[in-house]
Amino acid sequence: VDFTLSSEQAALRESVERFIERDYGWEQRHAVISSTDGLSSAHWGMFAELGWLGAGLAEEVGGFGGGAVENAILLESFGRGLVVEPMVAHIVAANVLARSNAARAAELLREMIMGERRVVLAHGEGMRDSLTATQTRFAGQRISGRTTMVEGAGGGDMLIVSAIGDDGVLALYLVDPASPGVSVRRYRTIDNHRAADIVFDAASPVCALTFDGDAGAVLSVALDQGIVALCAEAVGSMEAALMMTRDYLQTRKQFGVAIGSFQALQHRMADMLIDTEMARSILYHALGAMEDDTATRRSAVAAAKALIGPAGVRVAAGAIQLHGGIGMSEEYAVGHFYKRLYAIERLWGDSALHLESFATRADVRL
Amino acid sequence: LQLRLTPGDLAFREEVREFLRSNLPDDLARRARYDYHPRRDDIVRWTRALAERGWSVPHWPVAYGGADWTPLQRFIFEDEMRAGYAPIGDRIATELVAPVLYTFGSETMRARYLPAIRNADTIWAQGFSEPGAGSDLSSLRTRAVRDGDHYVVSGQKTWTTEGHHADMIFTLVRTDTDVKPQRGISALLIDLTAPGVTRRPIWTIDEGLTVNEVFFDDVCVPVENLVGEEGAGWAYAKFLLTNERATSAEVPHTKRDIAQVRAIAAIERKNGRPLIEDRSFRERLAAIEVDTVALEYAVLRVLTAENEDNPVASLLKVRGSELRQRVADLACEALGEAGLIVCPNPEGEHVMREEASSGAVPDHGIGIAAKAMFRRATTIYGGANEIQRSLIAKTILGL
Repeated sequence: VDFTLSSEQAALRESVERFIERDYGWEQRHAVISSTDGLSSAHWGMFAELGWLGAGLAEEVGGFGGGAVENAILLESFGRGLVVEPMVAHIVAANVLARSNAARAAELLREMIMGERRVVLAHGEGMRDSLTATQTRFAGQRISGRTTMVEGAGGGDMLIVSAIGDDGVLALYLVDPASPGVSVRRYRTIDNHRAADIVFDAASPVCALTFDGDAGAVLSVALDQGIVALCAEAVGSMEAALMMTRDYLQTRKQFGVAIGSFQALQHRMADMLIDTEMARSILYHALGAMEDDTATRRSAVAAAKALIGPAGVRVAAGAIQLHGGIGMSEEYAVGHFYKRLYAIERLWGDSALHLESFATRADVRL
Repeated sequence: LQLRLTPGDLAFREEVREFLRSNLPDDLARRARYDYHPRRDDIVRWTRALAERGWSVPHWPVAYGGADWTPLQRFIFEDEMRAGYAPIGDRIATELVAPVLYTFGSETMRARYLPAIRNADTIWAQGFSEPGAGSDLSSLRTRAVRDGDHYVVSGQKTWTTEGHHADMIFTLVRTDTDVKPQRGISALLIDLTAPGVTRRPIWTIDEGLTVNEVFFDDVCVPVENLVGEEGAGWAYAKFLLTNERATSAEVPHTKRDIAQVRAIAAIERKNGRPLIEDRSFRERLAAIEVDTVALEYAVLRVLTAENEDNPVASLLKVRGSELRQRVADLACEALGEAGLIVCPNPEGEHVMREEASSGAVPDHGIGIAAKAMFRRATTIYGGANEIQRSLIAKTILGL
């Protein structure tokens, strides 16, 4: 067991941190979240140039030979910087395409890695009951149904849509969002990310995505890759919220002393640090299980999401509380960490769903 | 990042399992499963079985009879020992006292005490807390006055774990009253059978005997029993407590307790079905398991960190001790009303009160209520969690 980053991984982290520092200041971020699409094409181009869009993909599929760990490094820093560009959605879609044997998939994936095209997964309706279930149907070569909270769908060039066929089996299809029968209703979420509800009314797919194995299994792997990346983002946001609160407690004076000298505040901070360190620890556990058999991987990812979701909300809520009034200001970052962590708790299955799926599975240990 | 055990680690684990299969007697395993405070004869038998294999103090340096194991090996070993229901040995001696002795003690001291610890010939207690000095340990008042080649010790220690069956006690005593409180403290090894030492049991709310009061009434202690330098006792105690916190997460024990909850909940029934199938119960158990997975990885992060006296250990103690309480409470709840019945250790050395009710608690519930009661202590001993939180805020967060 070794928790230190390799030199390549450390270099990746450094390059992301540099980007956040140089290109993702408060004003720069404000410009992004105020824009129509809620993302910056310039940033996306930079992500491609820096190799981040393929950092978590194997070389055989045109990636740079990394995996879930590289994605986690990327997203952890994104979490610190409150980056809103839809990187998790990119990771999920790329992981679906990377496992497809369709020629079109390989081509799309190459374009994604180059930053020339954005593809997102349109799957799920609330994800309250299950991660992989869908009500969307594929019949007579047409797709009908609806899907909600599709991150990045607004600017996406291509959708991967899950649908159940006449045989009752889930399959994945490429659908052009501009094609007839597809209607997209976009919205902004509390964390300033962009998502959409999409209705398919007898839409014609471009093609079916084929796999050597089962499409449901591929979907599950891709979702887990996304969830673990999201967990890494949460850890980054938790650490940043904690540290900015620490700095504030050291400088803010009341009753003639720094408020960090008060024991009630110190103990709350200690609990927030414990939550953060436990979150990081279970993230490592999940990352270590990504190449394991399905049951082990699922269980480890569910455990991570079940722990990190509520822990993130607790830490960020504590960060607001300890800041006092200023923590409520929209012009101040701490509230934005809260909103992002609040959203992460819910996205890709809330902690109730993940705890339930962990509870129904076998033990996972080292 | 290497986030899983390597094939070498797994082979080592299998070796430990095999040792347990061939060497752990059934009666020791049974009593370990009941999980009352261990009996002295169980500690001795098991330590000697381990010593024959060279595993009774494997984390010590080879020079003192250890195996120089890495912290990770030791963790795997402890994990298997708990999972396999091996008795818990004399951890005060092997994990707390011995590292102080081989780090700060004289050559004579090492030669005299370390082999006896390795073979459980001598059982140790730790004499820190006093009636007036708990969390504020540096205010301790037990006096040791130098008189020729002896110290004369008078005062009182309390909450002395293992005091009832120990031979020796590692004490903190005041040797100088004219300096800053911490500077006047020395570490002294005292023979508990010496004239002037009186021990009195403190029965705890589990109706078990773990802790004691120890009175020193002009006890003569040879000066060669002074550890290191006079006045340096506080530094040694801090060193010792750091070692304690590193293992205080007690993840292997909590993992075993989780397995025990599962076993109980498979037998107990609710709405005509095994309790383990009840959704609310299962999810509360799952929440404990999830926290344990995180804690286990947090322990591994600390164990493999380059800086060994990591303040992060405080953090493990807080979360670990709370988890120990939660899992014991859930086990007791799973047992239903039988979890409320007094059940003295059926094979115990010390029983507070003989009861006629034996047999009222099913075998899978023996020890459960007592464990749930005694676990209230986990957030107090080894530095109360409130002290730990203050320490975390100061040393890690710089507040």
